This record gives sequence, C-alpha cells and structure tokens, in this order.
Amino acid sequence: MAKLNVNGRDVEVDADGSTPLLWVLREHLGLTGTKYGCGIAQCGACTVHINGQAVRTCVRPLASVSAGDEIVTIEGLSEDGSHPVQQAWRELDVPQCGYCQTGMIMASAALLAKNAAPSDDDIDREITNICRCGTYRRVRAGIHLAADSLAKDASKAGGAA
Amino acid sequence: MSLVNVSRRRFLVGSSAAGLSLGLALPFGARRAHASADFPDEINAWVVVQPDETVIIRIARSEMGQGTLTGLAQLVAEELDCDWNRVTTEYPTPTENLERGRVWQSFATGGSRGIRESHQYVREGGAAARMMLISAAAADWGVPASECSASKGTITHGPSGRTTSYGKVAGAASRLEVPEQVSLKDPKDWTIAGQPLKRLDTDPKVTGAQVYGADISLPGMLNAAIKQCPVFGGTVKSFDAAAVAGRPGVRKVVQVGDDAVAVVADRWWEAKTALDSLPVEWNFGEHADASSEAMAKIIGEALDADQAFVGNERGDAAAGLERAAKTVQATYAYPHQNHATMEPMNATVKYTDDLCEVWCPTQNGEGALATAAEASGLPPTQCQVYKLLLGGGFGRRGAIHDFVRQAVLIAKQMPGTPVKLMWTREEDMTHGQYHPVTQARLTAGLDDDGNVTAFRVRIAGQSILAGMMPERLGGGPDPVAFQCYAPDGDHAFAYDFENLLVDHAMRNPHVPPGFWRGVNANQNTLYTECFIDELAHAAGRDPLEFRLAHMKQHPKNAAVLKAVAEKAGWGEPAPDGVFRGLAQCTAFGSHIAACAEVSVKDGQLVMHRIVAATDCGTAVNPQQIEAQVEGSFVYGLSAMLYGECTVKDGRVQQTNFHNYPVMFIRDMPEVETIVMPSGGFWGGVGEPTIAVAAPAVLNALFAATGKRIRSFPLKHHDLSAA
Repeated sequence: MAKLNVNGRDVEVDADGSTPLLWVLREHLGLTGTKYGCGIAQCGACTVHINGQAVRTCVRPLASVSAGDEIVTIEGLSEDGSHPVQQAWRELDVPQCGYCQTGMIMASAALLAKNAAPSDDDIDREITNICRCGTYRRVRAGIHLAADSLAKDASKAGGAA
Repeated sequence: MSLVNVSRRRFLVGSSAAGLSLGLALPFGARRAHASADFPDEINAWVVVQPDETVIIRIARSEMGQGTLTGLAQLVAEELDCDWNRVTTEYPTPTENLERGRVWQSFATGGSRGIRESHQYVREGGAAARMMLISAAAADWGVPASECSASKGTITHGPSGRTTSYGKVAGAASRLEVPEQVSLKDPKDWTIAGQPLKRLDTDPKVTGAQVYGADISLPGMLNAAIKQCPVFGGTVKSFDAAAVAGRPGVRKVVQVGDDAVAVVADRWWEAKTALDSLPVEWNFGEHADASSEAMAKIIGEALDADQAFVGNERGDAAAGLERAAKTVQATYAYPHQNHATMEPMNATVKYTDDLCEVWCPTQNGEGALATAAEASGLPPTQCQVYKLLLGGGFGRRGAIHDFVRQAVLIAKQMPGTPVKLMWTREEDMTHGQYHPVTQARLTAGLDDDGNVTAFRVRIAGQSILAGMMPERLGGGPDPVAFQCYAPDGDHAFAYDFENLLVDHAMRNPHVPPGFWRGVNANQNTLYTECFIDELAHAAGRDPLEFRLAHMKQHPKNAAVLKAVAEKAGWGEPAPDGVFRGLAQCTAFGSHIAACAEVSVKDGQLVMHRIVAATDCGTAVNPQQIEAQVEGSFVYGLSAMLYGECTVKDGRVQQTNFHNYPVMFIRDMPEVETIVMPSGGFWGGVGEPTIAVAAPAVLNALFAATGKRIRSFPLKHHDLSAA
C-alpha cells in the first residue's frame, strides 16, 4: 500500500508503483477532474500540483511520490471553486468543451503562485497546455485577470495591516 | 448541465426501476408534443417548469464546447419570457425522441447547424409554452388570456394587477393542448437571445465536477483498452490471450469485430498495459503498401484527368482563358489532418438480453442509437443512449460511431457488466476519420486592365461522402467537395467571374475521410484566396481593391471584407516589419473575412494580430460567437503550421502530440472579432472562420517574404530570406 497526501487528506492506495499518478488519482481515488489527454506529458490535461509545482501526472510513477508530498488536484484547488483563477475563468467564460481546462487552471494557478504578475512572455513560456477548442486568448486574459484580483487582495490585506 | 437527462432525472425522482424503462412504455410513433400523466411537469416537449420556478429547457443538439446548448436555451427562454437566472437544461434521449414521433427533431450537431437549423421550432416551443402558462393563469382567474402578459416567469393580469408565477400554474398549463399557431418575436425586441450572456455549462468545467464520457463510473463497471489493426482495412489474424490472462486486474481478452482486440480489466491502466504486452498477429490486407507519396502521385495525375464532376460552371472558361492577355496558374495541395479531440474516443455500455445502454460523447445521439441497435442486435426501442458533454467533437463524433460499435461488441461478450472503452491517444491518432487529402490546380486569365477573364479550378482527390456514406453518392459527384465553390447557397463562391469552371476528379485513397471542422471549406478557401492574391499581384493591383472589384454581386462578402480592412488599417502603414493579408468566403451560411498581420523573424513566422468579421445574419450570443471565431483560428492555423497525417506501409505515422504538434498559447495571435449580423438569415458560426484563417496568414506571409506557400504544413518550408 502506498501512502499519499491528496488535497490535504492522507490516503492509502493499492497500486503498482509503476502506475502513473494520473491513473491512481482517477481510478483509485475517483478524482476524475484530472484528465487523460496524451499519456506522454505533451498536453497538460493531467496537471496537478505537487508541493506547489505544476506536474504532469501521466508520466509520474506512483513510486516517485512520497507520503510527505502534498498533492493538490483541481478538486482541492479551493474549497468551493473560488480560487482567483477559477473565478477569472467564470468571469471570462474561458472554457469551451472544458476537457483541458482543469489542467489549464492548475498550470495557471501554479504560475501565479511563483509569479504574481506574469507578463505575456512569461505566460507564453510557462503555459504549454494544449487546448484544441482554441481558448488561448481567454486563457491569457484569465491569467491576467486572476493576477489583478490577487494583487487587489494583497493590497487590501496590506491596507488592513 | 449535469449528467441528468430526462430518463435519469425521472429515475432519480421516481420509482427506482420504472424510471429507466419509462420511455419504453410509451406508444411508439405517436407525436406527442403535449404533456400527459407520463410527464406531469412538462409544459411541452421543450419546457419543464418546476414548483420552485426552475425552468428546464430540453436541448436535442449536442454541446461540445461550441456553445449551442446555451444559445438554444436563450432562444427558448426568449420566447418563454422566463427568468434566465432560473434556467437549466437537460438532454432528452434519442430513444425518447423516437418514441415521441421525433418531437425534438434532429439530434445531429455538425455543419454549424445546431442553431441555424433548429431556431424556428425551438422558439415555437418556447412561445407555445408561454401561451399555455398564460392560458392556465387566465383560466384560474376567469379572465381572457389576452388581458394577461408574462415577464421573467411572472404572469400579470393587466386590468386587475393580479400576478402569479410560472411555477404555480405549471401543473395546470401542462394539461392544456399545445397551441399550433404561435407568433415569434422580432429579433430586435430580444432581451435574452442576442445578448452576450454567460454560458450555462461553465461552473463544473472549472471545478473538475464535469463528468465526461472518459470519467463515467457505474457500479461494477470494468474498463477496456483497444488495439485496432494498424493498417486500415486489415483484420485480426490471431492473439494470445493466455499471455496476459494472469496480469493484475485482467478479466477478459476479446476480439472486437474483425479488426480489433480489447483487454477488459478492473481498471483502464491495467487493461492498457496488458494490451501493450498482448501478442497480436494481423492480416494487413490489400493496403499494406500504401503511402502518402503514392496517393499524392495518383491525385496529382488526376489534375489532368479527362473526366471530372462539374460543380459550378458559368460562361465559357476556355474561351475566357483564350482571350486573356495574361494567364496565371498555380497548383496547391492539402494534407490529411486528425481531429485530435482532447478527450479520446470512448463509450460505456451495459448490455443485457433486453436492454443495451450507452453512455457516450456524441455529436448525433440518434446516430449513436442506430449504431448501438445495429451492434447489439436489439431494436432501437431496447437501446438507450445517454449523451454526455463532449471533450471536443470537431466532426469526429458525429457521422460514424466506431467507438460505440466497439463498446457494444465488447459489452455484449460480458452481459450484465458495464464496460467503459477508452482509446489511447495513439489509437485516436492512427484510427481517425481524416480531413480529406486533395490538390487543386487554379488557372485564371487577366485582361489588359488586370480584370479576370476566366477562373478555372480543378480539384483532385478525396471525397468525404464517398468514404463515409457511399450509398448517398451512388457513384455520382460529391456536392460537399464543392464547398465555397457552389453556384449559390450556404457555400456560394463569392466572386462574380463571368467565365467559371470548377470540377472535381475524385480519387479515394484507403485512408478513411471525415468531416473535419470546417470540412472542405478549409482547403477550398485556402486555394481560392491564396490564388486570388496571386492574381492581384500578377495584375499589379491592391489585393483589397482587386477582390472588391470582382465581388459586386456579393455585397455581404464585400461588407465583411471592408470591415476587417478598415479595422486593421489596410492601406495605412503597418508597424515596422509587419505585413498584412486578406481572405474572405461564404461558408456554412455565413459571410466571413479576416485580415492577418504577420512578420518573419529569423526565418520564423510571427502572427501578431488577426481582425475577423462574421455576418451570421442573426447573432444569438455575440460573446460566444467571438469565442468560436478565436478558437477557429487556433484550429485552422494549427493545421496550416503543423498539421499533417502521413501514411507509410498503409498506416498513419503520427501517433501523439509530439509528432502531430498543434498550436500553443505562445503561437496565438491577438484576435479582434467583429460580429456584424445583417439580419434576415441564420448562418453558422462554429466552422466558417477556419476557412479564412490560413489564407489570410499566408497572404500576409507572401507580403512579408515574397514566398508563395502552396503545400502544407508550413513547417516544411524555409521562410528565411532568399
């Protein structure tokens, strides 16, 4: 039995160590918000956070993750879907078919966590998830909107202090 | 939209087992638009109003990202005069449609027809429901219905000022006859339709709660992975099931039809890895030596073939060329493309001797139902298809439901056990229904003033209809091959040339073709609009002026072209090193134009900005039209930049996104969309802009480099300065 910490909960899974984390999340833990798109880390639909970093789980074996690693999936990004990126996505109606969007949101949230005000060049470099519907223009706008909203929250917090 | 559909909702709220078989008890073939004891809360087939004032609007067409679900709901809600904030949606099942005399009409969602083909009857459904709700309130009050009005779900009796709500009178309204005569609002009076409202299906897509076909889980469900013969038309010779029988989770190894093998296991990853190590022998069949080069040779020779189907002819093209002062000729080619939906093909099936249930993403629920019936051997009334939101469609999940057929054939070998079949990306890439491969030779004459004396197009190559539904052709021409070259209609050729001949020498390779978003409008518009640019250049005329001079009989096309030219600043200096290109067409009933701005730096194309205009006649949701236009550039330009499926030894060589690359966000130009509905017609939105994407960019690229690209994808060409 492998021990994992997923969305703040300690869980045990009975899976071979070679099983990609994607399939552990989807098939053992029922967390289907993380998607299978390519299986070779090209499309990013399977993106989750491990210790705050965006990770493509379709090529990440279970055995490479330890009980101390904090795994966050789209289901755990926020308690009630209120993460600034999720709110920006709603505000701009970013998703079309939506299948890639959970990975897109996780990649964007990880980018904002390390770079609170990403430039267009930063986005071009860091966001390499594939969307076939072609939502890229709104994804970019959504990241900027979420960054603005985070900045406002930060300045509010600063003002209160 | 949730998983809930009509049957399932009633299953949840009604008695346990009766719910799912509810539809089967209905009289077959009777067209029942009105409610009855079977549907107590239904006003009519399109509208359910619940006591808590929730309005459920039934949507027959499929949602795959294109926004049709929201647009259709807006149209019904507009005529219903309900409170938009209370609106939710549900899919009826195709079996229910069959049993109710096709009260919801077509379920097909392709050809950008979702709204333009059904707006009339869905609006009538909403209007009829409004009349019934008002009549029920008036009857309760004992006043004439003509003295009552409705707004946002509240009914008011004018003279007395009394009010009630839709939810309170829904029960009584549902017992009334559905009126046959209804009048519809003028679009200029719309307050829900025509507005840039938010989509209804966004929330679960940002929380991960949305259940796609790939995500479905049923009690006791097993998972299947499949491997099809790598060569199209080949078959299974043998496989060694015993070799993987002892692997973890493996339950069964089955042959699927004559060309595929599947492993069924507790979990999909177990099925997939077992399948990877399953020894399979194939009979590759007669196409084992086929190659893209051989196909290109056959198609290229057909450019000179004596016989071809004529798609559009006026005047005398040969005579027009004879008297030309100058003749221009060019040959273009367009490769196979894969749809590459983000969600790979999948379907989940539970089969028993008297019921075959299918959960799947499909662009045509009725097509999926027909496939389920054929594959299961059960009549359609003993099959159910529960549609799920699609993780991309683009034409791949509409015409041929190979994935449904396979899932039924697998589940039939395990009666009573639900089985989810999901393809790997590799299967998806190598067993698609590919954008047809064609070449075109275009020849035109110019007179001394640089006006066109004749325009001649020979298309050679693959026919989608011949590959997918040959019975519809009977050996005759494929009208779809002439998209954007048609004499009139949804795909009218949008130039005036008095001497015109367009024909098609059909040559069908063994690679299965399909309707790929934008279909033949894509390459046909690329051929035309790049060649028109060549003509303008040969005539020494401005590409905008040259086009406008030859499209006086196409004022709506001229209007969108002028709109993009003006907004992009055509005729004014572009930023340093930036060059512009134009394209226009009529496709899927809409008039479309684009102006692209590009530069070339170190041999690399940079797409800075595209201004696009759409005259779709009637705009149901302008912000979703913008989303479709933006997305169309990604789809069309991905193909232009990178897209090709090549064949060697009878099989497709591209297997995943590493060797079938598509655009990333870094490739995305700024897109400015002009939505300019001129009224009086309903044009499609999801596809037409794809057609102008590549030629606008290619014409800008020519302006930048002097290089005319005539074969694709662009990645094969050296763009560095000569």
